[in-house]
Amino acid sequence: MQLDAQIPAGALAEKWENCKFTNKLVNPANKRKYEIIVVGTGLAGASAAATLAELGYNVKSFCIQDSPRRAHSIAAQGGINAAKNYQNDGDSVFRLFYDTIKGGDFRAREANVYRLAQVSNNIIDQCVAQGIPFAREYGGTLANRSFGGAQVSRTFYARGQTGQQLLLGAYSAMMRQVATGKITLFPRREIMDIITIDGRARGIICRNLITGKLERYAAHAVVLATGGYGNVFYLSTNAMASNVTASWRAYKKGAGFANPCFVQIHPTCIPVHGDYQSKLTLMSESLRNDGRVWVPKKKHDTRPPAEIPEEDRDYYLERKYPSFGNLVPRDVASRNAKEVCDEGRGVGETGLAVYLDFQEVIKRDGLEPILKKYGNLFHMYEKITASDPSREPMKIYPAVHYTMGGLWVDYNLMSTIPGMFVLGEANFSDHGANRLGASALMQGLADGYFILPYTMGNYLAQAGACDLSTGHKPYDVAEDAIKEKTKSFLRHSGSGRKGLQTVDHYHRELGALLWDYCGMARNKKGLEYALSKIPEIRAEFNENTLVPGTGQQLNQSLERAGRVGDFLEFAEVMVRDALAREESCGCHLREESQTEEHEAKRDDEHFTHVAVWEYTGDDREPVLHREHLEFENVTPSQRSYK
Amino acid sequence: MAANTISITVKIWRQSDPNSTGSFENHRLEDINTDMSFLEMLDVLNERLTLSGGEPVAFDHDCREGICGMCGAVVNGIAHGPERETTLCQLHMRHFRNGETIAIEPFRARAFPPIKDLIIDRSSFDHIITAGGYVSMNTGSAQDGNTIPVAQDKAEQAMDAAACIGCGACVAACPNAAAMLFVGAKVSQFALLPQGEPERKKRALAMVEAMDKAGFGNCGNERECENVCPKGISIRNIARLNREYIRAAFTAD
Ligand SMILES: Cc1cc2nc3c(=O)[nH]c(=O)nc-3n(C[C@H](O)[C@H](O)[C@H](O)COP(=O)(O)OP(=O)(O)OC[C@H]3O[C@@H](n4cnc5c(N)ncnc54)[C@H](O)[C@@H]3O)c2cc1C
Ligand code: FES
Repeated sequence: MQLDAQIPAGALAEKWENCKFTNKLVNPANKRKYEIIVVGTGLAGASAAATLAELGYNVKSFCIQDSPRRAHSIAAQGGINAAKNYQNDGDSVFRLFYDTIKGGDFRAREANVYRLAQVSNNIIDQCVAQGIPFAREYGGTLANRSFGGAQVSRTFYARGQTGQQLLLGAYSAMMRQVATGKITLFPRREIMDIITIDGRARGIICRNLITGKLERYAAHAVVLATGGYGNVFYLSTNAMASNVTASWRAYKKGAGFANPCFVQIHPTCIPVHGDYQSKLTLMSESLRNDGRVWVPKKKHDTRPPAEIPEEDRDYYLERKYPSFGNLVPRDVASRNAKEVCDEGRGVGETGLAVYLDFQEVIKRDGLEPILKKYGNLFHMYEKITASDPSREPMKIYPAVHYTMGGLWVDYNLMSTIPGMFVLGEANFSDHGANRLGASALMQGLADGYFILPYTMGNYLAQAGACDLSTGHKPYDVAEDAIKEKTKSFLRHSGSGRKGLQTVDHYHRELGALLWDYCGMARNKKGLEYALSKIPEIRAEFNENTLVPGTGQQLNQSLERAGRVGDFLEFAEVMVRDALAREESCGCHLREESQTEEHEAKRDDEHFTHVAVWEYTGDDREPVLHREHLEFENVTPSQRSYK
Repeated sequence: MAANTISITVKIWRQSDPNSTGSFENHRLEDINTDMSFLEMLDVLNERLTLSGGEPVAFDHDCREGICGMCGAVVNGIAHGPERETTLCQLHMRHFRNGETIAIEPFRARAFPPIKDLIIDRSSFDHIITAGGYVSMNTGSAQDGNTIPVAQDKAEQAMDAAACIGCGACVAACPNAAAMLFVGAKVSQFALLPQGEPERKKRALAMVEAMDKAGFGNCGNERECENVCPKGISIRNIARLNREYIRAAFTAD
């Protein structure tokens, strides 16, 4: 596997310009001769599909949900970053670049991150022009809020529904192209395999989720914008259908998988409440602007929060990180919550929660302004927990939220399979070992609106046209394998055999194992244990899962079985990656590698690289490749938020 | 939150495919934790159905946070169930009584053909948006965001309308199965903002035409849509749609 990052020549600030200038172009009249498949309609996929179609390409757009508007991106709450410096508080492209690189603990490519900061401003302009109702100041200008890991106010938002509004904007742009005939929609489809012919991505096979039929589609290029794999942990803040399937099947076709162990655990989520729990709910990080995080000083203090006087409270983030306080980056906040709970100072029924308290700010500013900012979040919290955060502090605990790891891509967002591009959360590109709040929406839209449309032309201009028939042998081979697998999943259907389990049973088991051993803190012994357990769970799953019904119908159990089957394979690579990275960095805390103050300790000498895994066969260990990271414009320093 | 449990009977709609006639099926569920969400209760039902050799109930869902608009069913005669401004996934079992029978059936409307069990086809909503639910603005041609000032109250009102999640409860609740709240919300969002101005007339006409074509009924001012909307979208948006439509119809060139 060759890893050539294709970073353009020139000074950091000129690289993207240079790239655009040296790119080959497809002339406007020729664009309509090209077919492009875009899988996924989240921010990344929808923005890419719309923009490619505006340019004149023919786009086929696929998603699992019944409408592109329902992709997981819809759930993003807090906001989107941009280096507009509208607040006149010292922001700049370089500062956004620097914060993102530093937030990612110096494990991302400088050139990519700088470009992201550069195009961030275009995104806001584009979204405003689409009619997205961003929050405004009285004078009519755009409003901003602050987010963790930054000391400037650069986050644009639409109440607590920023993802929804941005996605509906991109969806609208897509639907406009549906009207022109440039985009054809294929909703309720799940991609089952990528077809490569002559070493180039040329098509896909997907399952029609209504009829169960396998369908073949060919194109000159394939774009995956299929989101993150956080659901490998079973419980996460991701939507239920979020999966690794598309990425995993691509990996098996030759796409390198980068940094799979980099998983973000978000500090402010509603704690787990029972074993029937199906997902976790995020409480936006913006709450940390005004809420104060604390636990009792004493262990196992069971007094209700109101009865614990100030002197018995430990505002541990403010105490340990006086300059960032409650606004430290996510990984730091999560780890500290785990630490105090492990010490026995956690609160709530399970002891796995900390308080996020709004009493002081309500006393200072009054209830009304707080409700204006956070009313919908308070409401959601109360709906789920039956407790009102304006009277009683919220109880929160970290939960799996976002995956920085993903398919490896070069500067042009192309994977190691020529002609297959990967956008949004599905790629690994910009967030290093930890993502800052409000940067995923920025990256998804940067990839789709402003980067891929340029780099795609460069690829097509060179690769040229190809035969688009779907009768080629690789389609037959892939389809046979999918059919075989489906048959195997369904073999117990109607058998009445005893001792079988549902798909979710094994998914929960895998999730619990990963949370314990490949979660917020990791060590060699635990990871080796997990690595030995995963094949056992997988064998059990393959042997004893009961998937009812047939393959020729809408069958949600079969859908889940396919996704969990892939999670069970993928988990092994994730744990292997965590084991191989013997340093701590960002989200990845290796207990063996800590500073004296229990902060993550990087090992730049040995690990300043992207770890990229190559598939070599089902019964063989994957091969680890390394893309070395060069830092020419910033000096990697030990992150400090003190 | 002390853990409480209740026992319930669910009377749930089963229909194997679009062409078959469906019917209700009863299932008794003991020990349902009242902190569960409604969909988690259905998960429990499905686990039990699966392990006892039956077929689980098909239902749409994804975010389980009340924002994607994927979930939805009529519960005891009310779209999304008894709690105001709450999607089915955000409804919790603490709102039901021990021993209660809960009737669950799909959203029903001519423009939402059934697919299986509680799953319906809402692509008619996408067709309406395709007709004009956008600002025609190619990527790359936008000017600086702050050159389009929008008064705060206008932005807030536009956001109130834009909050629609496209779940279809409004249609299911309407005796005429009209989609006026859905269309009104989208038309209002753009009518309230300067960005929507250039295509204002065309949009109102085209979206209403698409709505009629998709087989939605006419608004009879029953207000049921507003009552069940999980995002609290006001019927003022329908009034605005009517104004926009009339204005466009009588002044279009
Ligand atoms: C609760 C929550 C709040 C968040 N808040 C913020 C925030 O405030 N700011 C921020 O910047 N980020 C936030 N994030 C992160 C951000 O929302 C996501 O990282 C981002 O939206 C991912 O977008 P995407 O386009 O890459 O993928 P997604 O939105 O996940 O879309 C994936 C698409 O791929 C399709 N797909 C997936 N697999 C297949 C398959 N096998 N076959 C066919 N189609 C498939 C899906 O149907 C979907 O259309 C939040 C995340 C969560 C969970
Ligand atoms: S599942 Fe998304 S709104 Fe209910």
